Amino acid sequence: MSTHTLSVLVADRPGVLARVSALFSRRGFNIDSLAVGPTEQEDISRITLVVEAEEHTVEQLTKQLNKLVEVIKIVELEPDAVRQELMLIKVATDAATRSDVLEIIQLFKAKAVDATNEAIVVMATGSPEKLQALLTMLEPFGVRELVQSGLVALGRGPRSITDRSTRTDRQRVRVV
Amino acid sequence: MTTTPTIDTATGELITGSQSLVRSLEKAGVEVIFGIPGGAILPAYDPLFDSSIRHILVRHEQGAGHAAEGYAMATGKVGVCMATSGPGATNLVTPLADAMMDSVPVVAITGQVAGRAIGTDAFQEADIRGITMPITKHSFLITDAADIPEAIAEAFHLARTGRPGPVLVDITKDALQAKTTFTWPTSIDLPGYHPVTRPHAKQIREAARLISAARRPVLYVGGGVVKARAAEELAELVELTGIPVVTTLMARGVFPDSHRLNLGMPGMHGTVAAVGALQRSDLLISLGARFDDRVTGELSSFAPNARVIHADIDPAEISKNRTADCPIVGDAKEVLTSLVAQLRETELPDLAGWQQHLLDMVARYPTGYDEPDDGTLSPQGVIRRIGELTGPENAYWAAGVGQHQMWAAHFLPHERPGRWLNSGGAGTMGYCVPAAMGAQVGQPDAVVWGIDGDGCFQMTNQELVTCALEGIPVKIAVINNQSLGMVRQWQTLFYGGRYSNTDLKTHLVPDFVKLAEAMGCVGLRASTADEVDTVITQALAIDDRPVVVEFIVHKDAMVWPMVPAGTSNDALQYARDMAPQWEEEEL
Repeated sequence: MSTHTLSVLVADRPGVLARVSALFSRRGFNIDSLAVGPTEQEDISRITLVVEAEEHTVEQLTKQLNKLVEVIKIVELEPDAVRQELMLIKVATDAATRSDVLEIIQLFKAKAVDATNEAIVVMATGSPEKLQALLTMLEPFGVRELVQSGLVALGRGPRSITDRSTRTDRQRVRVV
Repeated sequence: MTTTPTIDTATGELITGSQSLVRSLEKAGVEVIFGIPGGAILPAYDPLFDSSIRHILVRHEQGAGHAAEGYAMATGKVGVCMATSGPGATNLVTPLADAMMDSVPVVAITGQVAGRAIGTDAFQEADIRGITMPITKHSFLITDAADIPEAIAEAFHLARTGRPGPVLVDITKDALQAKTTFTWPTSIDLPGYHPVTRPHAKQIREAARLISAARRPVLYVGGGVVKARAAEELAELVELTGIPVVTTLMARGVFPDSHRLNLGMPGMHGTVAAVGALQRSDLLISLGARFDDRVTGELSSFAPNARVIHADIDPAEISKNRTADCPIVGDAKEVLTSLVAQLRETELPDLAGWQQHLLDMVARYPTGYDEPDDGTLSPQGVIRRIGELTGPENAYWAAGVGQHQMWAAHFLPHERPGRWLNSGGAGTMGYCVPAAMGAQVGQPDAVVWGIDGDGCFQMTNQELVTCALEGIPVKIAVINNQSLGMVRQWQTLFYGGRYSNTDLKTHLVPDFVKLAEAMGCVGLRASTADEVDTVITQALAIDDRPVVVEFIVHKDAMVWPMVPAGTSNDALQYARDMAPQWEEEEL
């Protein structure tokens, strides 16, 4: 078992996400993280998937996803890809603990985005490992609420996975 | 969706979405629709009234779906069914799932409640696109009349090309009623859909190399070869190489049973020779088959010494269940053509010993049955006799699901491709009558026999009313063993003969002959051996009405050979507690 990060380019149409997630449950694939959002092309969305699976399972997952008519392209990102998550953590603080919490926030290059006498909302971005480390350090103060985005990822270097096959020069199919 | 179609028939004239739908279906070449109207689809039925398209008013939407499948299987065209929203649409779920499993090209058109009512639990609202997502190749929800022609063009393209399958087009009632202009697209834009039909030359060379080195190769031929209409190319390959053939349940007839190298059907109820050939093979050449569990049995012990060439149009099938040594993505016809060409330049192995070994197995373990000694009919004998008296030339065969299906697969004369219709993957009881109806509509001059069981028949026989009224003269043989026979067989073998809820009591009710007559069919019955030929001959002489022939058969007949579920194919028994001798001889 190893971690795989897949970038899936899909046509931005209603129901695409339902189709993709239905496929996972139907075929019995487990997904660790799923994030979806627009891309630089207006009719294309990008889904980032993280799966913990055997090579064979990832191959099946990719092939089954490719069968969805609205899935345009699937790329497995290299392990060194830029992988980021966003986490918002509401940490309990009081006069005695506030400065300790702020110190930890600084250490992780996170931000305090809201503060009251009783709590601070911390916003942090980074790899899943970094965010886990931050969370471990904040836990002793009391985590009141936590929300986390799915992971988004981008390959390193100048190349783009949307370079080809998705632009307007794509082939149309003649109706017979 | 980017649409830049050049205008084909746009006249600027304003028509309704419904008219646009019917024109689109005409443009797509639709000749027949099986369906039932209802509230949400009602607008479409008005222009359909004036259309050149024949609409066949079925009695249940499930019948419409299976009829569309039968039509598609018998003609190679896309079958079309139509239903209203809510329960009308949900009644299509079973045939759509069936078509998905067996890769049958079907387009289902459903009405949906008005766009503004979607999500409000409106009367007869069901999220049919959501419901059918996992059981269709693709599905559309159309809320704007202007999108109808393109959706229909795309739906037919998707259903027909690549690995065929069902496509659902759900259209809201307000879109059907809205005014629009009609433009039939000259091209469609499906950026994520590019089925590969031409095999990679390198893989073909590799396949030829493997074949050249093989000593015990077997052609494992599936329904994909039927769908690709590649029977001739397959025959060419067999003649060239002498490689023995097994044809799966979905592929019966794609290679003639009368050919000496056709070992019959493999799998749970496969012939000893077909199962034995796969188990002892050193090279499986799989064409349009998918290593279904009913073929492989316990996967880990399936064909343990074989390398695998796996050719399929759907890359997701390759190495899904069994890892392929030589994967080939492509249309079976193109794969076979390329492979034959490559093999003509390749040194071929001498397979005489292997062939002889298998032919001996065929001779030693024919798929037989015992005639009961109490004078009752054997179901196998009845089915064989239907095949013999009808002949393969002009016949299409549909079957339900269960024992009679297996016997029909073994004992009918499967000599021609595309003549055998059954529910293979889904195992849908009730498939037979409506599928036979669809086949007869597609092939009006053919003799269409449905081989059905008394259980299956009671699920969908109401479509015989449709057949009677629409002049669709199918012949349905009800193999009446008064029970859910296949389940009963399992109870006999694995549940100590405790027959929990498998006794249908069909010796009491219904009276199938009267039922047939009540539905406007001719009803016939045979319960003794000397009546069999008479009723079959009578049925064959009738071509203006549907006929139901009830055969009252011995209820303890079992399907043999059999591999118990979940065990190795090596555990095959050709009769109860009778295992073949798998002789290990050096070839």
